[in-house]
Amino acid sequence: MHFASFEFILFLIILVVLYYLIPRKWQWVLLLAASYVFYSFAGVGNFAYILITTITTWLVAIKMDKMRQHQSDYLARMKKEMSREDRKAYKAEIKARQRKWLIACLVVNFGILAVLKYAGYFQISSSLGLVLPLGISFYTFQSMGYLIDVYRGTYESEKNLAKLALFISFFPQLIQGPISRFNQLKETLFAEHTFDSKNISYGLMRILWGFFKKLVIADRLFYAVSTIISSPNEYQGAYILAGMFFYAIELYADFTGGIDIAIGSAQLLGIRLNENFQLPYFSKSIAEYWRRWHITLGTWFKDYLFYPISVSKTMLNLSKKARKTLGDGVAKRLPIYIASIIVWFTTGVWHGSSWNFIVWGLMNCFVILVSQECVPLYNKFHERFPEAGRTGWYRLFQVVRTFWLMSFIRTLDLYPQVGTTFRLYASVFTVWNLPELFQGGLMQLGLTGADYIVLAAAVGLMLFVSLKSRSESFLEKVSSRPIVVRYATYFAIFVFILIFGAYGIGYDSNQFIYSRF
Amino acid sequence: MKKILINITCIVLAVLFLAFLQKLFMPKYMSSIYEGNLIEEYYDSDKDHDVIFIGDCEVFSNVSPIVLWEKYGITSYIRGSAQQLVWQSYYLFEETLKYEKPDVVVFNVLAMKYNEPQKEAYNRLTLDGMKLSKSKIDAIRASMLEEESLITYLFPILRYHSRWSELTWEDFRYLFNKRKVSHNGYLMRSDTKPVTVVPEGRKLPDYSFGENAWYYLDKMTKLARENGIELMLIKSPSIYPYWYEEWDEQIAQYAKENDLLYVNFLPLADQMNIDYSKDTYDGGLHMNLAGAEKFTAYLGKILKENYNLEDRRGDTKLAAVWQDKVEFYEWMKQDQAMEMEKYGYLKSYGAAAQAIIN
Repeated sequence: MHFASFEFILFLIILVVLYYLIPRKWQWVLLLAASYVFYSFAGVGNFAYILITTITTWLVAIKMDKMRQHQSDYLARMKKEMSREDRKAYKAEIKARQRKWLIACLVVNFGILAVLKYAGYFQISSSLGLVLPLGISFYTFQSMGYLIDVYRGTYESEKNLAKLALFISFFPQLIQGPISRFNQLKETLFAEHTFDSKNISYGLMRILWGFFKKLVIADRLFYAVSTIISSPNEYQGAYILAGMFFYAIELYADFTGGIDIAIGSAQLLGIRLNENFQLPYFSKSIAEYWRRWHITLGTWFKDYLFYPISVSKTMLNLSKKARKTLGDGVAKRLPIYIASIIVWFTTGVWHGSSWNFIVWGLMNCFVILVSQECVPLYNKFHERFPEAGRTGWYRLFQVVRTFWLMSFIRTLDLYPQVGTTFRLYASVFTVWNLPELFQGGLMQLGLTGADYIVLAAAVGLMLFVSLKSRSESFLEKVSSRPIVVRYATYFAIFVFILIFGAYGIGYDSNQFIYSRF
Repeated sequence: MKKILINITCIVLAVLFLAFLQKLFMPKYMSSIYEGNLIEEYYDSDKDHDVIFIGDCEVFSNVSPIVLWEKYGITSYIRGSAQQLVWQSYYLFEETLKYEKPDVVVFNVLAMKYNEPQKEAYNRLTLDGMKLSKSKIDAIRASMLEEESLITYLFPILRYHSRWSELTWEDFRYLFNKRKVSHNGYLMRSDTKPVTVVPEGRKLPDYSFGENAWYYLDKMTKLARENGIELMLIKSPSIYPYWYEEWDEQIAQYAKENDLLYVNFLPLADQMNIDYSKDTYDGGLHMNLAGAEKFTAYLGKILKENYNLEDRRGDTKLAAVWQDKVEFYEWMKQDQAMEMEKYGYLKSYGAAAQAIIN
């Protein structure tokens, strides 16, 4: 059952009605049952994996907590008998034991993820009967984030297995995130919720907006993008630029649409999920783009991979050695460079089991690091031309530059063969067929003139809403308008989706792009 | 109070607007694929029929209820549509019983060759026209292909929304008022395309009808028996699709076991005076007007002889109702003759569903 389906709408309606009818103390139990029902639609066989992750995470988190508790009790009891050094040594020993449990659990869960993801790469999936379970990348990262937090003592472990199971399997975030933190989500996930018309209307509107982006924009552009990537020999030059442009919009509409539906669905139930996007296409640099795109994955990597690596003992020692031999500049950069390369390599691996994703990750890393190195140059430029940097035109230039740079890098998503992508990059500069594109070429991509008009209107609306949302939520803005204007706006969007949505027979209904990661 | 009033008004307006959109987007079948209107037209007709025909194109193209009335005083209606499957026929039969109780139900058995749903387009031609009822929902459930969903039949705008770029003047013109195209379910075609070759049917690995087809034929038999209705099985005299001897034997055996009358009209072409070089409009698939009238005249005789059907032409009230139908029939006959003379083909009477859908 994917979000853009009639089954999901029916599922959600039944759930919301039941949710507010049953005693409030049982609401979270209903959510767990509903999440498992939702998950079962993707195949009952998948349950084994999510249950292994849930149970191992629960057991190890409790074990680590018990060790911490035991440590506090012991130290309190032995306060007088132990010296400062003894206490320090004891703490280190407990930490080491906790670390062993943590590593064991990380290995098991990331191991499952790696085996299932890379079985496809090594072409052993079918012989072993392995299928990548729905949402495994997301729930594995979310549960391992929880485990690391418990290890660090950021918060206590959840003793109730069912509650932890709900945190890991909560259906709106299961397919494509956002990746939540336990201490944030538990505040509303396990709370008792009364019916709140504001939550219902905001949630519905958010879901509607998600459907708009997914069905009207993303699923329509899917045809043009699929046509272009299906024939790399035929579609080159200007077609690649068109493909980059279309894919940028498709991916944004698809992913943010899915997240809107996830956040809106949770809001119907009174639960708040973290935002995952902050107008990424308005970013002025790649680094900024990654702070605004898939925010919860970015912060996950930053908190659980980048910082631990960059401030690890090994890195500090390496940095020290480098300072002696290579100087301060290199020593300062080395931990950041190594951590960045590891993070981006892992991000690439997380996205898919093929080389194009790894190159994609490293290319992002390369651009970010080069940009950092260029900062002194930029500064010099701004010192020399102080006015230029402050103009709107310069900011527009930065936004457009970042958009196209990302679009180039993102092309690696589309073609499994890295060589093909680089050949097509070259074609952008060597094959001059822009006139052909506008003299009928665009009409050969599976879209009609009418489709392009609908797309232009829909993308225009999406851009308008994005621009209006920069200062304040667009929903808040619409909500402050008179009731008739409000209803008319909601209804107009609903009718727009109903008529112009690329759903049903005649359209290939597409899964959300990020649900395959 | 004011807020409640605004809410109610908004909901009513929204529902009305959506209903309007749905009506607008539904295909009107007014300039082609006239078969799309057949099921729906039944609800506007009178509901006093001695005989109900159910089945596929071999009934709605080959049987003329007007001839049955004019020759024998038998009132009849055809509840048939393009490639109507056995379970669809069953549920149409079941639904018809909510409106009337005929003396005889005649089922054309060609559809027995299909054991599974075939094409969404054909499903739509039959099911979209049905009024919402339990029979309709059951018919949908029995007919849906894997890629279809029930909700798109209950709210067809979810299926036809993609027509937004294909809307024509016809969609607005016939938005609320469609013109009648059939004569009690009979779709008239008076043009001719003779049969040129009669190929043998290709060999099949298995000639047995499917379990599902038998199941619904059994249900039909049971439903007729429970309601004191005579069920007659026929194989219309269309040459294609090929009707195998092995199929015929199975139906004959079934009819015998269930004490039903079964007539295969294919071998009776000479007795009916059917000339396949003149009496079909598409090389043998369907009868044209002349063929349909000959076949119906013969069929009427069998109905009269076997089911003791009363000649109701003396009923003045009924005769007045049927007079209108006869006039419409005669008008269309003349109109088609005029078009044939003027253009050499039927300009405003379109082609059959098969030609367009396939």
